[in-house]
Amino acid sequence: MSGQLPLHLRRLEAEAIHIMREVVSEFRSPVMLYSIGKDSSAMLHVAIKAFHPAPLPFPLLHVDTTWKFREMIAFRDETAKRLGLDLRVHINQDGVARGVSPIASGSQLHTQVMKTEGLRQALDAGKFDAAFGGARRDEEKSRAKERIFSHRSAAHAWDPRNQRPELWKIYNTRIREGESVRVFPLSNWTELDVWEYVRAENIPVVPLYFAKERPVVERSGTWIMVDDDRLPLLPGEKAQMRRVRFRTLGCYPLSGAVESDASTLDDIIDEMRASTTSERQGRLIDTDEAGSMEKKKREGYF
Amino acid sequence: MDETLRSAALPTLRFLTCGSVDDGKSTLIGRLLYEQKLIFDDQLSALERDSKKHGTTGADIDFALLVDGLEAEREQGITIDVAYRYFATPKRSFVVADTPGHEQYTRNMATGASNADLAILLIDARKGLLTQTRRHSLIVSLLGIRHVVLAVNKIDLVDFNEARFREIVKAFEDFAKPLGFKSVVAIPMSARYGDNVSASSDRTPWYKGPTLLEHLEACDVDVDRDKAPLRLPVQWVNRPNLDFRGYAGTIASGKLKRGDEIVVAASGRVSKIAGLYVADRLSEEAGAGDAVTVTLADEIDIARGDVLAHRNARPAVADQFAAHVIWMSAEPMLPGRSYFMKIGARTTPAAITELKHRIDVNSQEKLAAKTLGLNEIGYCNIAATLPVAFDPYAENRDTGAFILIDRRTNETAAAGVVAHGLRRATNIHRHGYAVTREAHAALKHQKPAILWFTGLSGAGKSTIANLVESKLHARGVHTALLDGDNVRHGLNKDLGFTAADRVENIRRVGEVARLMTDAGLIVLTSFISPFRAERRLAREIAASGEFIEIFVDAALEAVIARDPKGLYKRALKGEIKNFTGVDQPYEAPETPEMTLDTGGASADALAERVISELEARGCIARL
Ligand SMILES: Nc1nc2c(ncn2[C@@H]2O[C@H](COP(=O)(O)OP(=O)(O)O)[C@@H](O)[C@H]2O)c(=O)[nH]1
Repeated sequence: MSGQLPLHLRRLEAEAIHIMREVVSEFRSPVMLYSIGKDSSAMLHVAIKAFHPAPLPFPLLHVDTTWKFREMIAFRDETAKRLGLDLRVHINQDGVARGVSPIASGSQLHTQVMKTEGLRQALDAGKFDAAFGGARRDEEKSRAKERIFSHRSAAHAWDPRNQRPELWKIYNTRIREGESVRVFPLSNWTELDVWEYVRAENIPVVPLYFAKERPVVERSGTWIMVDDDRLPLLPGEKAQMRRVRFRTLGCYPLSGAVESDASTLDDIIDEMRASTTSERQGRLIDTDEAGSMEKKKREGYF
Repeated sequence: MDETLRSAALPTLRFLTCGSVDDGKSTLIGRLLYEQKLIFDDQLSALERDSKKHGTTGADIDFALLVDGLEAEREQGITIDVAYRYFATPKRSFVVADTPGHEQYTRNMATGASNADLAILLIDARKGLLTQTRRHSLIVSLLGIRHVVLAVNKIDLVDFNEARFREIVKAFEDFAKPLGFKSVVAIPMSARYGDNVSASSDRTPWYKGPTLLEHLEACDVDVDRDKAPLRLPVQWVNRPNLDFRGYAGTIASGKLKRGDEIVVAASGRVSKIAGLYVADRLSEEAGAGDAVTVTLADEIDIARGDVLAHRNARPAVADQFAAHVIWMSAEPMLPGRSYFMKIGARTTPAAITELKHRIDVNSQEKLAAKTLGLNEIGYCNIAATLPVAFDPYAENRDTGAFILIDRRTNETAAAGVVAHGLRRATNIHRHGYAVTREAHAALKHQKPAILWFTGLSGAGKSTIANLVESKLHARGVHTALLDGDNVRHGLNKDLGFTAADRVENIRRVGEVARLMTDAGLIVLTSFISPFRAERRLAREIAASGEFIEIFVDAALEAVIARDPKGLYKRALKGEIKNFTGVDQPYEAPETPEMTLDTGGASADALAERVISELEARGCIARL
């Protein structure tokens, strides 16, 4: 790590720090949603800088759907240990008991139960009034209109037509008992910004982002990794070794890999600049129906 | 490091697009993204799909669909909120705020403008300058944007006619003179076909200026925040252990070096920067926009909301301001009502004490007004409870901007920009003084008073007092009501109705009312209080000028006839002893502050008279 960040990254970092300090000053009980991906890694890195030399003044929460890549879980636990973080993991036990899974229940129900409901349970149980998320506005259309401080009702619902106007850097942090906010410090970052920041600051990320020979099967035009033996192979289907990497990480049966030779951060950044597909293409949950993300968010998805 | 897509030297340009519906805003943004090859294949195929379903361009791709985000508005074909887009060229990166044009979305536009350095005003070449163009220009100017691009769009539909273009530009320049723009660049353009968007058009050979993109890449909007005086609003006190006390915040303007002498604006306390962290790194200096943590050489009292500055260039400190506000709530602005004002990291109760005028956003006229409704803009005086360090908005967009928050609903009720301070704050030292009755009242933006309702049983005292109290409550006034019901059952349950007990009853009520006015309340008492002497006693207990004796006048025959609780009937039969008007006298007030004749007017009308009296006395704000 040498010298200063390029100006645009320095500004983005400063903005995220400003947002985080505002939350810590004005909320009783914040929490940081940690999803193990590159955005979470960048967000966590910024947070540690924001409160230096004090330790992180809030816990991290991971809502585990039980279908994450094994490498993600290993990375999560290693990160928490290395940085001495207060990491809380929540699994929707009710969903587990009902046998909900992306295979048996389909992606929609699985996401609804294990992610959205799981998140609600964890936020309610922790009595958190502010939750940081690593979402960016460039990810998806409905995100482009979401506020940095996004108000949620006591039932965690988002009302896109009734958002508070957000002017300058002045954030309205007032909520009633039981209500909460989701806060997106990386709102103004692009995918490229995140990778450039990861590179400039030497931030560790899950190795799945880098190309490697991995056992995969081809499903509806994308590569699905056979991460463990829970993925039932279709008749005649056989795992094959391909040099692939992931642009986004989620539940492994729902995350499509791309064939790639990008095995370093420089490679990834070069590949992205030349890319002609958006990052969410690999995210199977989005293409289910038009406006699907907005629907999910109204229900309390991050 | 490979920087082909970004230049580290140029700051990101944040700009706003405005224009009326169908002027081509969304098409323009879509076109910019498309020509920069910033639309991915999968987005493009979704776009083609959507164009067939909702598009307005026949077989062509409808770029507008790329940027119109939320489902509901996509179906209505209008943009209802602010959407942010991100793109970069080899020279610069950009953030675009896309906002709706209708008058009912003035607040959304103001929101988009608050963080923008440049505005693109779209004009349909066929239609020329419209009311909307004027309104948008006004809002853009009010929110401190100094650089404007006049995009004369749909030039293809006026046959690329130069004279038409010149005519529009001239009209705009004449109109915009008083708005204080630093630069206005006019470009003839077709968003739909791409003329002069990122490539020069050979269909406008008479136009020699830059294309839109060339201009955006080169436009120098740097307001030189680094050269402005230092402002560091303290956001958070970092106190991990007894050995470290840091003040964290984002530098709003100016430069800060280790060793600098600084002053805390509100308290005037002075110290030196001992340590300076930019993010987490110890540094020698930092500039505007940096998130820093500083430690000081001396232990001085600093809290969130304080502003650090250099000694020779301090911000103003005041608790009263003149400011423009843009009303953003469906609930109208009420002068005198208490809101939370958030300015920088400071939050304080505040009230609009006077609405000087409303601005007609279409004609720029100043109109007399009593209130502001959603999307209306007014110029007003604001009184804050805590002193605030600030700069006029024209000098500093970070330290001169504020929002007002509704204390009941928590909505963001208004956005404001400070024009200037009205009075230097007097209570510079925040601690060491007792909380005075004036301070209590100031917090509530009201002057305390005791409304002492007296009159016969059944005259209407409680009815009127209750009405007055609910009207006051609706205005955000803090009140308390004392009557037989709540006093006789608790505080005075040891007292009966003998003459002596009646006197003691009233003495206690007088004392309690006085204590409540010390806390800043407007107190309403509703007791028969038949004797002049005890009413005089209550008047003497009250602070001078705060006792308002209100005689609720009703003839004895009338109340006996009304007899709502059947008490007179029983008293006349001798079942109740010591009943005023029957076997105990009622001494009518000789010089009450008010007499309410219940024979002549409705209870509501009488309550309104009491409200007017409070306004006239300056106890509550006039509406
Ligand atoms: N001929 C022509 N049509 C245009 C141009 N710009 C936009 N349009 C059309 O005008 C209509 C409204 O455009 P849109 O971008 O949705 O306007 P918005 O409401 O300002 O966002 C669409 O049918 C566009 O295709 C232009 O430069 N020339």
